[in-house]
Amino acid sequence: MHVWLAVTLVVVGLFSLTIGATDVSLGPALQKVVRGQALTRTEAIVLWDIRAPRLALGVLVGAALAVGGTVMQGLFRNPLADPGLVGVSAGAGLGAISAIVLVGFAPAWLVRNVGDHLVPVAAFLGGWGSTLLLYRVSTRRGRTSVATMLLAGIALGALAGALSGILVYISDDRQLRDLTFWGLGSLGGASWAKALAAGPIIVISVLAACALGRGLNGLALGEATAAHIGLNVQRVKNMAILTVAAATGAAVAVSGGIGFIGIIVPHLLRLAMGPDHRPLLINAALLGALLLVLADVIARVIIAPAELPIGIVTAVLGAPVFLWILLRQRGMVDL
Amino acid sequence: MTLTVRNLAVHYGRKTVIDGLYADALPGALTAIVGPNGSGKSTLIKAMCGDLPYDGTITLNGIDVFRAQPWELAAVRGVLPQTSTLAFPFHAIEVVKIGLTSGTEADHEGRASAALARVGLAGYANRYYQELSGGEQQRVQLARVLAQAWAPATASGPNWLMLDEPVSSLDIAHQLQVMRIAQNFARAGGGVVAVMHDLNLTGLFADQVLVMAEGQVLAAGRPADVMTDGVLSRAYGCDLRVNTAPQGMAPFVLPHSIDASGNAGFAE
Ligand SMILES: Nc1ncnc2c1ncn2[C@@H]1O[C@H](COP(=O)(O)OP(=O)(O)OP(=O)(O)O)[C@@H](O)[C@H]1O
Ligand SMILES: [Mg+2]
Repeated sequence: MHVWLAVTLVVVGLFSLTIGATDVSLGPALQKVVRGQALTRTEAIVLWDIRAPRLALGVLVGAALAVGGTVMQGLFRNPLADPGLVGVSAGAGLGAISAIVLVGFAPAWLVRNVGDHLVPVAAFLGGWGSTLLLYRVSTRRGRTSVATMLLAGIALGALAGALSGILVYISDDRQLRDLTFWGLGSLGGASWAKALAAGPIIVISVLAACALGRGLNGLALGEATAAHIGLNVQRVKNMAILTVAAATGAAVAVSGGIGFIGIIVPHLLRLAMGPDHRPLLINAALLGALLLVLADVIARVIIAPAELPIGIVTAVLGAPVFLWILLRQRGMVDL
Repeated sequence: MTLTVRNLAVHYGRKTVIDGLYADALPGALTAIVGPNGSGKSTLIKAMCGDLPYDGTITLNGIDVFRAQPWELAAVRGVLPQTSTLAFPFHAIEVVKIGLTSGTEADHEGRASAALARVGLAGYANRYYQELSGGEQQRVQLARVLAQAWAPATASGPNWLMLDEPVSSLDIAHQLQVMRIAQNFARAGGGVVAVMHDLNLTGLFADQVLVMAEGQVLAAGRPADVMTDGVLSRAYGCDLRVNTAPQGMAPFVLPHSIDASGNAGFAE
């Protein structure tokens, strides 16, 4: 399975490089690259500085969200879980909105040094902060209660939503537009700087998450049995929370709020290949990357030369697919 | 190479469920724990498996259960809990394989199939666990435990089966089948600790019986010595008479004070 997904990802990835708002046709340019010939200046800029980082970011973000969703569904033993449950989305959203709205109050040296990256950095820190808070609340004597985490996450999400609401209320029109677009998600601002900042975090945490297969399989039988078969349950939980917070935090920071990849990819894969997490996690990374790159292509061509926020595309395509899955497996989802 | 429990105390919050309990179980024997609902049988077996924080000492094959890493214990014992859950639609054979670590995928497949066959579920490997009956699910879980603690005895010592009510939802034929599996495991040098509610099966199959009441050991020893009118009536708080079957001298138990409506009455 993963071979097919990988091949398709490469094909779709190459295809995505040939598509865009510029009327320079890049098909020939891509052929030049393959043949090792020199590119014109425009071709080089469009291909190398705009589309390639965008593709890289799409692959990274898609893999992060899909693996995050798979790990969360395994950890919470619940097919409705998504990466947002560890509080990372709510916190990241609050961080991003704070950065957009309160940038006027930030000390000048900070704005000068962090500049354009203020929003991603604030989103990442916000995501981490809320995950750590949630982890502290739900951990007693070295044992984390996932049920407490689930419920506390709802409370924390509501709180972050309320604080975000206050910030939205005091924001001006331009800020309002910025933060609305942030919430809809986009790969539009992709740059090598962003890809290189998020890349290592996402790659390391996705690889670490892919090693959780046996642990998550054990947790499907309940925590007690997971321990009986020899798993260090608390370590599995720590790794799950840590990797999801890091991967999702980095993904949300560079791309905004992109929904449905995290919840739909594990469902599709479980239908296709069963619930064993060992093959599931690596395939989730590939399918997540594939779907997000595909969604980005659609976002770019559907109202060209303008482009749609990618979060709209994933929701418009993801929601019906999700409903279709639920209808197909009626009676199979047990909470 | 035994299971020893010394001065065990277990608390749930501020509530003390077990206090000052001593017990032993030997490999080569099937040790049954009996007693009324809420007497602490599951709590005791959970403590023996390292599931709960406790005071006192429990050692299994010389391993301090409290300090042991999960995989050290998993290497020498399998655990069948009183209730099991399963998230996600796994096949029966995948559930059985979940506890296996060493060896190749083919080894796992072979051992899991053999374990399923042993509990009478040979044709059930690719059935969804959630779509099995309650008794079939219980036997899949037992197969999982058997697959994990496969060899009754190894060069480094005995393996153990810790079974909390292994026959609670089985029909009479499968009750006998499962008890025989446990007995054979013990005969081959393994250790078996089983919480039981059926006193007659206990009388038939157990080598040692531990009678619990209110978190205490009321009596421990061979079934014929321990399963007496006095001990059992006191443990369960109702009038019980122990008899022996003509054949083999295994004790059997009938509830006695049956009132006019045919209900078993309870001594107040
Ligand atoms: N998690 C818990 N928190 C608080 N009290 C508990 C908990 N689990 C069990 N108890 C209490 O501890 C006592 C012993 O429970 P235990 O489960 O060991 O009983 P048992 O002998 O296995 O009963 P049964 O035959 O019904 O399975 C009971 O009074 C029960 O109410
Ligand atoms: Mg019990």
